[in-house]
Amino acid sequence: MYVNETYLPSGEQELAALIAQAAGEKLPLEICGNRTKRNIGRPLQTATRVSTGQMRGITLYEPTELVLSAKAGTPLAEIEALLEKNNQELAFEPCHLDQLSGGEQQGGATIGGVFAVNASGPRRVLRGSARDHLIGVRAVNGMGEIVKSGGRVMKNVTGYDLARGIAGSWGTLAVLTEVTMKVLPKAEDTRSLLFLNLPDEGAVNAMCRAMGSPFEVSGTVHLPASFVERLSMPDIAKLGQPVTALRIENFASSLDYRTGRLHEALQPFGAIYELDDARSRAFWRDIRNLTFLTGSDWPLWRISTAPDKGAKLVSALKAQLECTAAYEWSGGLIWVEVPPATDSGAAVLRRIIAEFGADAMLVRANATSRAAIDVFQPLPEVNMGLIRRLKEAFDPQRILSPGRMYAGI
Amino acid sequence: MAGIAILKPRADILGKRSAIVNALKKLVPARCIVEDEAGRRAFETDALTAYKQMPLAVVLPTTTEEVSRVLSFCHLAGVRVVARGAGTSLCGGALPAEDAIVLGLSRMNRVLEVNLESRYIRVETGITNLGVSRSVAPTNFFYAPDPSSQLACTIGGNIAMNSGGAHCLKYGVTVNNVLGLKMVMMNGDIVELGGTHLDASGYDLLPLVIGSEGQMGIVTEATLRILRNAEGARPMMLGFDSSEAAGACVSAIIAQGIVPVAIEFMDKPAIKVCEEFAHAGYPLDVEALLIIEVEGSEAEIANLLGQIDRIAWDFAPKFVKRSESEAESAAIWKGRKAAFGAIGRISDYYCMDGVIPLSKLTQALSGIAEICAKHRLQVANIFHAGDGNLHPLILYNANDPDEKARAELAGEEILTLCVELGGCLTGEHGVGIEKRELMSTQFNDVDIAQQMRVKSVFDPDWLLNPGKVFPLKAQEAFLARVR
Repeated sequence: MYVNETYLPSGEQELAALIAQAAGEKLPLEICGNRTKRNIGRPLQTATRVSTGQMRGITLYEPTELVLSAKAGTPLAEIEALLEKNNQELAFEPCHLDQLSGGEQQGGATIGGVFAVNASGPRRVLRGSARDHLIGVRAVNGMGEIVKSGGRVMKNVTGYDLARGIAGSWGTLAVLTEVTMKVLPKAEDTRSLLFLNLPDEGAVNAMCRAMGSPFEVSGTVHLPASFVERLSMPDIAKLGQPVTALRIENFASSLDYRTGRLHEALQPFGAIYELDDARSRAFWRDIRNLTFLTGSDWPLWRISTAPDKGAKLVSALKAQLECTAAYEWSGGLIWVEVPPATDSGAAVLRRIIAEFGADAMLVRANATSRAAIDVFQPLPEVNMGLIRRLKEAFDPQRILSPGRMYAGI
Repeated sequence: MAGIAILKPRADILGKRSAIVNALKKLVPARCIVEDEAGRRAFETDALTAYKQMPLAVVLPTTTEEVSRVLSFCHLAGVRVVARGAGTSLCGGALPAEDAIVLGLSRMNRVLEVNLESRYIRVETGITNLGVSRSVAPTNFFYAPDPSSQLACTIGGNIAMNSGGAHCLKYGVTVNNVLGLKMVMMNGDIVELGGTHLDASGYDLLPLVIGSEGQMGIVTEATLRILRNAEGARPMMLGFDSSEAAGACVSAIIAQGIVPVAIEFMDKPAIKVCEEFAHAGYPLDVEALLIIEVEGSEAEIANLLGQIDRIAWDFAPKFVKRSESEAESAAIWKGRKAAFGAIGRISDYYCMDGVIPLSKLTQALSGIAEICAKHRLQVANIFHAGDGNLHPLILYNANDPDEKARAELAGEEILTLCVELGGCLTGEHGVGIEKRELMSTQFNDVDIAQQMRVKSVFDPDWLLNPGKVFPLKAQEAFLARVR
C-alpha cells in the first residue's frame, strides 16, 4: 500500500482486502468516515488513511419493525431525513461532536462514526445510548476478516454481543462496514420548562426530581450564563443568566397534563417558563448540536458522574481550577471548559474527579496537549490488561487507528 | 433429549476430587461448601432438566473476596468453574460438569445501596430479579427487565444471559439497564466495569460481559438502573380469526407511532391451556390473542387504548376487551406469565426462544405448524409480538425416547427457520448447551472464531462454564490452535 494515501473502498470486500494487505505489511492506518471528529482523541501518527466515506446507502428500513440498516459511510443526515419522512427518529439523538473541534465538515458525520464513538445526545437520559440502539454490525477486524455480530431483530442473545462491544472503540477494534439500529416513533408534541438563574446545586436537584417523576422527561440541561449567550435563539441567548431546561415529549393530548404535574412538582425550585413545540425543538436542536460549547477553542472536558454528585464535583473543581461548567443528563454529564494550559487542566481535574468516582475525557484541545496527556480516562491496570488483550483479539498487528484512545492500543 | 454431547471430563481432575475439596475448605468457611452426594444432587441440573451432571463440589461463597480466592485456586489447579444463580436456565446454561465446581451466588443477595436521585441500585448478584424491584417498590421505583422466572431467577443469571421479559419492548433488556459490574476474573483478579454513571469514556466492556453466559468472569455486584413507576398501566385483549390479522394489527399500531409497554401474542392452543389455568377471561374461539399494555395516567391510558381499539378495527377483531380493574389486569397477566407452568401441567414441553422479523410472522407460524405436524407433535405458541421473540412450546412425553428425539429435532428445525427468516436462535434464553451446535446456522467460522478470541481475553484457559455457547468441534479446534 502507499503511504500518505487515502483509500476510499467502495465496498466491504475491497475494504477487507485493503486491511488484510496493511496487516501483512504491518502498516498502521487511520480509520475514518468523513473525519468530522478527527481532532478528538489522541493524535494519530499514521500517514495512510482508510475511509468508509464511499460505502453509502440505507440497506434496510422497516418502519413497523422499528429497524434500519445502513452502510457505515452513510451520512447521518441522510438517515435522519428518511426517518423524519416516516415520523421516526434515532431515539438516542446523536450529539454533534463534530461541531466542537474543527474537524472536516465535508459530507457530515457518518452513521459508522456515530456508533464508533457512541455519540448520544440529550434524550440519552431517558431512552439510552447509541450503543443501546445498535442491534447488529458487520465489520472488518485488523486481520482483514469480515465479522458479523447481532442482526436485525430487537432481541438477540445468540453468542457474545460484539456489536455493542465495538461501539465506542473509535475504530481501534474493527472497521464498521454496516450498522443495524433500532429506531422509534417521533413524539407528536414537545414542550419545555425553563428555570432562570438557578444555582448549580438547585438545578441538579430539579433535574433529578424531574427524572424521578413518572412523566418521562426526555432532556435535562443546565447552562451557565456565558454558555447561554452562545445559543442560536436570540431571545434566550440575551437572557444573560443561567438557564435550566427540561423537555417532555409525547402525544399532544398528554402534554398539558404532564407539564401541569411537573409544574406542581417543581414549583419549589423557582418560577417556571414554558417553551411551546416549535421553540422547544429549536432549543433542543442547539443542545444536541452542542451550540453552547462552540465558538471557543479553549480546552473542553466531558465528565461522566452519578447525577447527584454533579454539582458537588463542579464546586470542588472550581475551588482549584478556573472553569465553566454545563450539565446534561440530570447532572450526570458535565461539560467543563478551562482556560488554555499546557496540560489543559488535566492534573487538577483528574485528581478531583477521582474523589467522585467519575470519568473524564478531554474532548477539545490542541494536538500538543492531546499527545501529552491521557485524553480518555486512565484505567486501573487490571482494566488496561483486558483492553490490551481485547485489542490483540481484534487487531493483533495494531494497525487500526493505533494510539487513538490509549498509547500502544 | 439426550442427544447433546457433553464435554469429556478430565480424568486427572476427577482423581483429585478430595484434594480439591480439602483445598477449597481452607479458602472459605466449611458451611460454604457442599460436598456430599445428596447435597450436590440439588445442583446437578437447571431448567433444561433432561441433562444432569454431578459436579465435583458446590461452593456457596458470601463475599467477593471468597469468590476471588476460590477462582484463583481453581485457576492454579486447572479446575473448571460453573457459575450458578437460581438454576432457571432453559438452555442448560447452568448445567454443571463432572470435573467442575459449581459456584453458586445464592448467599450473596444483599442490597448494598439505593440512590433515588441518581436512579440506581447496587446489589449483590445472588438477589432475585423480583427482589430488586421489591426493594425499591415502596418508593415507586422498579427494575425494568422482567423475565417470566423473575420470582426465582437471580440478577447474576440475568446478566449472564442478558435476560429480557414481556416489558422490554419499551424498557430494553438487561444490557440496557446495567450501569456497572464488579467481576472476579478466573485468575482471581477483581475488576470493576462501568460505575454509577452513564457512558464512561474508553472501551465499553459491559456489553461483552453481559450475555456471555458466565464464560468471562463471575459477576458478584451490579449497579442497576431503576425507573420511576408509570402512574398506571392497563392491558387490553384483542382476539383475531387469524395470526396474520393479529400480526398486521401489531404493525399498524407501531406505524401509528404507538409503542406499547408490552404486546404479547398467544395462539389457540396456548389460549386454551392458560385460560383453564388462570381463568383470565381469555376468548376460546379465536385463533390469536394479543395482550397489549399501555402506561400513563387514567386519561392517557383511556386515550391510548381507544386509539389501539380504532386501529384494530381494520383487522376485524372477534374479541375486544379492556381491563376494567386492577384484579382483571392481574388475571390477564397471570394467565400469560404462568403460561409455561400451565402447559407444564398437561404435558412435558420443550420451550424455544427464536426471534423473527415481525413481517415474517405468518410464514414463521405456518412453518412451525408444518414442522411439528411432520414430527407428529403438538405445539402452543406464545410470543413477545412487539419484538418478534417467539416461544413455541413443543409438547412431548419425556418418558418416550422417540418422542423426545422428535421434539429435539423439531426444535432445531424451528430455530433454523427463524434464522432463515432473518431472525436469530435465541432472544433471551441464551445458547447454553442446547443451541450450541446451531450457532453455525447463524454465524460462519470467522464470526465464531472472533467470539472465541474475545472469550480468551477474559478466560485464556477456558475454565469458566465449559462446553457451552460454541459448537464443541469449533471449541476444540480453536483451543488446539492457540495452545
